[in-house]
Amino acid sequence: MDSEVLIEVNQLSRHYRSSKRGNKHSGSRDGYSIAVDNISFTLQRGEVLGFLGPNGAGKSTTMQMLTGNLAPTHGSIKIAGMDLMDNPIEAKAKIGYLPDTPALYKELSVDEYLIYCAQLNRISKGAIKSAVNMAKERCSLTEHGRRVINNLSKGYQQRVGIAQAIIHSPDIVILDEPSVGLDPIQMIEIRKLIKELGESHSVMISSHILPEIQTICNNVQIINQGKLVLNASIEQLTQHMQTQKLQISCTQPVDIQKITALAGISEVKQDSNHIILICTLPTPANKEHERENAIITIAQQVIELANQQQWGLYEIYSEKQSLEAVFMSLTVNDPLLKQGLNID
Amino acid sequence: MIRLIALRELKNLFLSPLAWAILAVTQIILCYQFLSQLETYMQVQEKLSVLEKSPGITDLVIAPLLGGAAIVLLIIVPLLTMRLISEEQKNQTLSLLFSAPISMTEIILGKYLGILGFLIILVAMIALMPLSLILGTAIDLGQLFSALLGLTLVVASFAAAGLYMSTLTKQPAIAAISSFGLLLFLWIINWAGSSVEAELATNQNGENVLTWFSLLNHFEPMLKGIFSSADIAYYLLFICLFLVFAIRRLERLRLPH
Repeated sequence: MDSEVLIEVNQLSRHYRSSKRGNKHSGSRDGYSIAVDNISFTLQRGEVLGFLGPNGAGKSTTMQMLTGNLAPTHGSIKIAGMDLMDNPIEAKAKIGYLPDTPALYKELSVDEYLIYCAQLNRISKGAIKSAVNMAKERCSLTEHGRRVINNLSKGYQQRVGIAQAIIHSPDIVILDEPSVGLDPIQMIEIRKLIKELGESHSVMISSHILPEIQTICNNVQIINQGKLVLNASIEQLTQHMQTQKLQISCTQPVDIQKITALAGISEVKQDSNHIILICTLPTPANKEHERENAIITIAQQVIELANQQQWGLYEIYSEKQSLEAVFMSLTVNDPLLKQGLNID
Repeated sequence: MIRLIALRELKNLFLSPLAWAILAVTQIILCYQFLSQLETYMQVQEKLSVLEKSPGITDLVIAPLLGGAAIVLLIIVPLLTMRLISEEQKNQTLSLLFSAPISMTEIILGKYLGILGFLIILVAMIALMPLSLILGTAIDLGQLFSALLGLTLVVASFAAAGLYMSTLTKQPAIAAISSFGLLLFLWIINWAGSSVEAELATNQNGENVLTWFSLLNHFEPMLKGIFSSADIAYYLLFICLFLVFAIRRLERLRLPH
């Protein structure tokens, strides 16, 4: 795999003046709050990077800095080797950006708007028509070219926004929550589109929807309170997720050693009223079905054993270890909430 | 790029009913003024012709008409310029321009030339009224063109100031009222200069500093047909100053605040 670095972000920070009461969510420093705190990462060609984080974590701010909409307080951004501060025009030509609120001129028709965007991105006169048609086709807007954007539904407006971002076939496509307002069928189409884009371009998307990130990205970053808390590939994450927890509760005392002897169980923890079995699954996490079968086999063994030993098993519960759980464990800071969610 | 943004801006203006309403209202008001002045002129014409160096129709009808047009446009231009940047800020469409490979200067100049194009159309339509007099009488074309050039420069200055005000706020209404206030202030700033005390303090040329700053002060000679490069330079400097302010302000929008 050739690894051409398209975005190189180095110790990027952005502060903003906080209110007098101080900001609870971001660290305050001399009257300044920090929206993005010392982030460094790279994005390579052919990479689809998922950018996760709770509300107000700094996702949109980071993306706005990458696209030149906001200037960073510290740090540098290099787009395809060019510094965004020194060569803004050349660098911006390589980026297509869908902001969290799509920047649409709502009084224009889809065609007029896309032609204007193509011209703004300095597409030569002869190539404009084909660029507009290509973008419309990819976002399934072909039949809506003559409609005024204001009269389109939110989902279609979102598609126009995405069409705008890819119209000049940029090397880097940055999409801020692309699937907001789309119906499930449209979402699947957009995911397909993003996967397609990922083959020839680099894509960076932010989202709240974890399964979406899981299916379309090959790298995941989790940002919380302005700090990058996780930067891992999906493979690494799935390794992380190869374990799954089974929780059982019994009326009688349990012989833990007997459970540990069962195949597939690597660790057993016991607390006041239930026992947690940590199972290692042989199959990769993305094969949902095989995982399910493996966990069923283990559960059946446990139930059989409990029957033989007359432990009085009354509850067995399989806890999903998913990207969601990783996300929660990294971003939930409130210890009480953590306890409630059963995260360690 | 500048041309592209300018054309887009001009087309957008005509997509909204505002531009049409402005053209119609300006035309009706000035037409009424034109006709009533023409009628007055017809009444006094005979008496005037007895005088040796009598003022002609250009002095008595055209100059007041274009002077009146400047006042009407003082109110109208802020309404046109108010949405230039502030509406884009409000609708968050500015990021389209910010993330496109264009510079801030191109954005501002494009927006400015777009609105200037509309204003030139407006001035051209006003010019049709005095020009229609050619059918019936002889007019001083030199004075007319000097006055029209003056009107264009005044209006272009209004637009530059209005554009800058539009970069300052997200609320188009606030942009409109503050640019109207600024323009009116600069229009009447010579009032202080015309008081008795100030007159004593004037320099040898009979001008004090405040009078020199007045937008009106540089327009009046042009209405009379006096074409001075100092007046032209004043307007061009005024326009450049506010455009530079606007560019600086747009760049500042990206900084932490």
